[in-house]
Amino acid sequence: MAILLFADHDNASLSEHSARALGAALQIGAEVDILIAGQGAAAAAAAASTLQGVRRVLLAEGDALAERLAEPTAALIVSLAGKYDTILAPATSSGKNVLPRVAALLDAMQVSDVIEIVAPDTFKRPIYAGNAVEVVQAGGPLRILTIRGASFAPAAGGGAAPVTAIDAPAVPALSAFRENLLSASDRPELSSARIVVSGGRALGSKDRFDAVINPLADKLGAAVGASRAAVDAGYAANDLQVGQTGKVVAPDLYIACGISGAIQHLAGMKDSRIIVAINTDGEAPIFQVADYGIVGDIFDVVPELERAL
Amino acid sequence: MKILVPVKRVVDHNVKIRVKADGSGVDLSNAKMSMNPFDEIAVEQAIRMKEAGDASEVIVVSVGPAQAQDVLRTALAMGADRAILVEAEGRVEPLAVAKILQCVAQTEEAGLVVLGKQAIDDDCNQTGQMLAALLGWSQATFASRIELAGGRALVTREIDGGLQRIEVTLPAVVTADLRLNEPRYASLPNIMKAKKKPLVQQTAGELGVDIAPRLTVVRVEEPASRATGIKVASVAELVDRLRTEAAVI
Ligand SMILES: Cc1cc2nc3c(=O)[nH]c(=O)nc-3n(C[C@H](O)[C@H](O)[C@H](O)COP(=O)(O)OP(=O)(O)OC[C@H]3O[C@@H](n4cnc5c(N)ncnc54)[C@H](O)[C@@H]3O)c2cc1C
Ligand SMILES: Nc1ncnc2c1ncn2[C@@H]1O[C@H](COP(=O)(O)O)[C@@H](O)[C@H]1O
Repeated sequence: MAILLFADHDNASLSEHSARALGAALQIGAEVDILIAGQGAAAAAAAASTLQGVRRVLLAEGDALAERLAEPTAALIVSLAGKYDTILAPATSSGKNVLPRVAALLDAMQVSDVIEIVAPDTFKRPIYAGNAVEVVQAGGPLRILTIRGASFAPAAGGGAAPVTAIDAPAVPALSAFRENLLSASDRPELSSARIVVSGGRALGSKDRFDAVINPLADKLGAAVGASRAAVDAGYAANDLQVGQTGKVVAPDLYIACGISGAIQHLAGMKDSRIIVAINTDGEAPIFQVADYGIVGDIFDVVPELERAL
Repeated sequence: MKILVPVKRVVDHNVKIRVKADGSGVDLSNAKMSMNPFDEIAVEQAIRMKEAGDASEVIVVSVGPAQAQDVLRTALAMGADRAILVEAEGRVEPLAVAKILQCVAQTEEAGLVVLGKQAIDDDCNQTGQMLAALLGWSQATFASRIELAGGRALVTREIDGGLQRIEVTLPAVVTADLRLNEPRYASLPNIMKAKKKPLVQQTAGELGVDIAPRLTVVRVEEPASRATGIKVASVAELVDRLRTEAAVI
């Protein structure tokens, strides 16, 4: 049977995680439909239709779907479920919010954060902050998966799948959207950037975080990341947190500045291709995963690195 | 309004677990066990709501082995009023936990359930959303702020691009993110007092919930390990190696 991909988008554009989830879906089967639930989302649907390997794009629009609130969105996916034996979504905040609700309504278990497709019904996923990897088989008629973007290459463009408008079921409004307070940034998006420069507690203040981390990130065209300690202390925005409960990144280059390397942080970046660590403590655990380490003070080393590039 | 807070007993967040050599699971023998950190935040939130006069009672519930009493006692020492242990051995998946919690929420006539957003052992991030579905309630996941007013909750959620504010009708299911609050420590007198607070035990069978797992764990593997790196002596050496050896800049 076929696969339904609940896409991540902001109505105007499709997130790269959707293309990555499609990459995973195509390893499971060839008949993949993409669901765009939104309002004024024709542009996102058009973007989805250009991805290679898509059979059809289903476009469901309505006020209740504009921000993909969990209750109406889950009801919509459930109404489509009968035609599919696999329903998946990227493991973004939207996918993680909606898909378990769908799973429970269909009396199915969800396999969260899939990092490898072993067989159409067998998947690898990290547990214990990535300190172990579970291989799970999902028997039964229906599989529900969230896909970790960092582990799959995005599907290529150049396709031309048809876009079909569909109706969403009417459901009682249990919740209402009020506002989004999104961080504006000209830098590349953290979870898909090629280079990430991250700062930790050692930065000591928001001003110093900005003064030390940002110039290096700008020089490298990199995204900025942060440890939980830096976010909790208000040095960086919450959406910059990298780790077990933040974003999972796997860039070509990850530069950790004044970050100790707690397991919860490593969970979000240890699959980066090259890791650089800068820390005054030569015994800091971050050095165990770093390809290149510098034992030194970030307030000296980071500006020097920026000048040397 | 009664608030129900599900708390899970998990390996302590400071413990680095080991995968068993035969691939059958992770070795937790002698590992320190604690309350899931997100659940401490959920308990703290419920207690603060009671202190603010928004809730009449805070009930904590855990699904797991008899030892899960420990985390329930911790929650009672923090300030929860009473506890329920639903005994279940072995792996209980989020769907089964959600079904058990559905029974408890209905029996207790809870007006709000606050869970952690994620258990740090299975890292599933599912149970709250599943519970909301089964109850047919509204849900607000990854909460960093909750304000109650007029039968509704205004919740600030941590989402990928920043923050989102939504309003949900009560009864509701809310899952707690890291920055919702800083949980209090239980004082010694409160730990003593908690020993006398009511803790009732039930079994999943008594609730009529089938907890047989739906997923089969084929094996548990060690994650891919990284080759040991080197320490470089200078910024110049670092730049040189990033350019020539690693070719990433
Ligand atoms: C449930 C749970 C979930 C969590 N999720 C996450 C998560 O998603 N992401 C995350 O990051 N953390 C997470 N954490 C927190 C994690 O355990 C650590 O507390 C956190 O990562 C520490 O951040 P840090 O490395 O910036 O701070 P610290 O551990 O305090 O490290 C600071 C480092 O800076 C070094 N240093 C100090 N001064 C200088 C200087 N001048 N120059 C160079 N180096 C210097 C120190 O040697 C030290 O190694 C979680 C914790 C829990 C319990
Ligand atoms: N066995 C359990 N007992 C009580 N609460 C649980 C249990 N499992 C999960 N939960 C709750 O559900 C949340 C999310 O867990 P999970 O979906 O497993 O990541 C946890 O933070 C707990 O609040």
